Amino acid sequence: MSFVEVENVFQSYGARPILERVNVTVNRGEFISIVGASGCGKSTFLRLLLAQEQPTRGSITIDGRPPAQEPDRTRGVVFQRYSVFPHMNVRDNIVAGEAFARSFGRLFGSERRAAQERADAMLERIGLNHVADAYPATLSGGMQQRLAIGQALAAKPLILLLDEPFGALDPGTRLSMHDFLMHLRGEIGMTVFMVTHDLSEGFKLGDRVLVFDKPRWDPTDPDAYGATVTYDFDARNRGIPFQTIMEETHVLRPV
Amino acid sequence: MRLINRTPSPALRAFLVLVPFALAFVVYLVASEIRLEANPSDRLLPSPGTILDTAVSLLTVPDRRSGAILFWGDTWASLTRLSLGVGLAAAIGLVFGMLIGLLPHVRATLSIFVGVLSLIPPLALLPILFITFGLGEVSKVVLIVIGITPFLIRDLSGRVMEIPREMIVKAETLGASSLVIALRVALPQVLPRLVQAIRLSLGPAWLFLIAAEAIAANQGLGYRIFLVRRYLAMDVILTYVLWITFLAWVIDWLLKAVARRAFPWTEVSP
Ligand SMILES: Nc1ncnc2c1ncn2[C@@H]1O[C@H](COP(=O)(O)OP(=O)(O)O)[C@@H](O)[C@H]1O
Ligand SMILES: [Mg+2]
Repeated sequence: MSFVEVENVFQSYGARPILERVNVTVNRGEFISIVGASGCGKSTFLRLLLAQEQPTRGSITIDGRPPAQEPDRTRGVVFQRYSVFPHMNVRDNIVAGEAFARSFGRLFGSERRAAQERADAMLERIGLNHVADAYPATLSGGMQQRLAIGQALAAKPLILLLDEPFGALDPGTRLSMHDFLMHLRGEIGMTVFMVTHDLSEGFKLGDRVLVFDKPRWDPTDPDAYGATVTYDFDARNRGIPFQTIMEETHVLRPV
Repeated sequence: MRLINRTPSPALRAFLVLVPFALAFVVYLVASEIRLEANPSDRLLPSPGTILDTAVSLLTVPDRRSGAILFWGDTWASLTRLSLGVGLAAAIGLVFGMLIGLLPHVRATLSIFVGVLSLIPPLALLPILFITFGLGEVSKVVLIVIGITPFLIRDLSGRVMEIPREMIVKAETLGASSLVIALRVALPQVLPRLVQAIRLSLGPAWLFLIAAEAIAANQGLGYRIFLVRRYLAMDVILTYVLWITFLAWVIDWLLKAVARRAFPWTEVSP
């Protein structure tokens, strides 16, 4: 049994299908990039993995547990924006990764000091220890996203979900974020799902690249069908242009 | 250079700030001169000197009957009513604003109801309040509460709903319960807005306070103004009006200062 199993998932909003017949299995520690046209349902797929929404059909299981009904600590997430708390300083944002699970969202006494020490170790690791007492709004976009990733990891989730995490960053910062993420992954070995609209980013970071697209197309009614995983590339042997197609799909293969 | 791109120097700015005040004063002075010229015993626009004399005696000469200085008694009574009313309204507004903003079931139940409540003209309820709560302190405080709470609830619930969904979901993935999300995500982000909303509500709060005091009270700033109106004591009325304006300005300034110190994260810009 695989670590993450997505079984025959459909999702529609009202009468409009967004995703149909999505089947994916993922092993522990794999980095999955998700690419596809804008509006094809990549974020929707991530919301399903997050259990922020329930699929209209099908099921998603992680580590053999029953499907989640709402987001919880087994799933970490970083969005393009709004992923850190603006009213807490950088250190408290990391401590929140432990404290929010408590009944009043706070830690006290020695527990609090221990969590702060772990937070400082995490800040060291993500290169933010020099701004531990600053508020997020004073940080650059790249630093805020690093903080968001560190905060998500502080909760020790089973899978980490990233929805275009570097989409709002300039190209230089993006590259350093790639190094940061690959380095962090080398240390922690997370199972990651990352949505990106940048193909080369997907192949550079991912072990696998899933392409979402509509396998059927009605020219008179573009919304008639939903998208599914049309390609599942193995990007491990150095990515573009050496990718190999892992699975047979029911759509055209590239020549 | 375009007018929109021209900015006054600091010295000119300070001067410009004073201009309208000086102008208003001069206009009053001239009008008062003209009237007093025609009739030295005119009471409508007393000269600034007369107002100053009245102010000094209001502040220093005790009342013949009670031996107390009425001015301070009036100020104390009004400020007590105002702070009780505004404080209660803020507490109710905060609790219900958060509940409506965070919980879909409460929102479905109350948001339309509060919208309808906010359309009732509070002053039209004043007779009912006097009948229900008597002519004492309660009815005045309740009028302020009724007058500004619907606005506070709507403003604060709106602010809670403005919190990006991403941030709430992020808190959920850190294991936060609804209570933790309310206390540690929503509340700290709503408090600055609460202070802002209170600052906006103080105008209406004074209005309701003075209206209630004018109708039934035995002390208070509004009571005094409406009492001396019978004797056309414009000098007393103007002193009280200036004092109320000054109090309102100080309260507003204090709230602004408190907000700046209590919520440093709202001040930082990226
Ligand atoms: N809650 C929703 N209700 C209705 N339609 C939605 C909802 N969320 C997303 N959609 C629609 O679903 C489609 C896919 O959205 P999304 O998953 O955000 O696309 P992507 O992330 O691939 O750009 C879009 O056309 C969007 O308008
Ligand atoms: Mg998206």
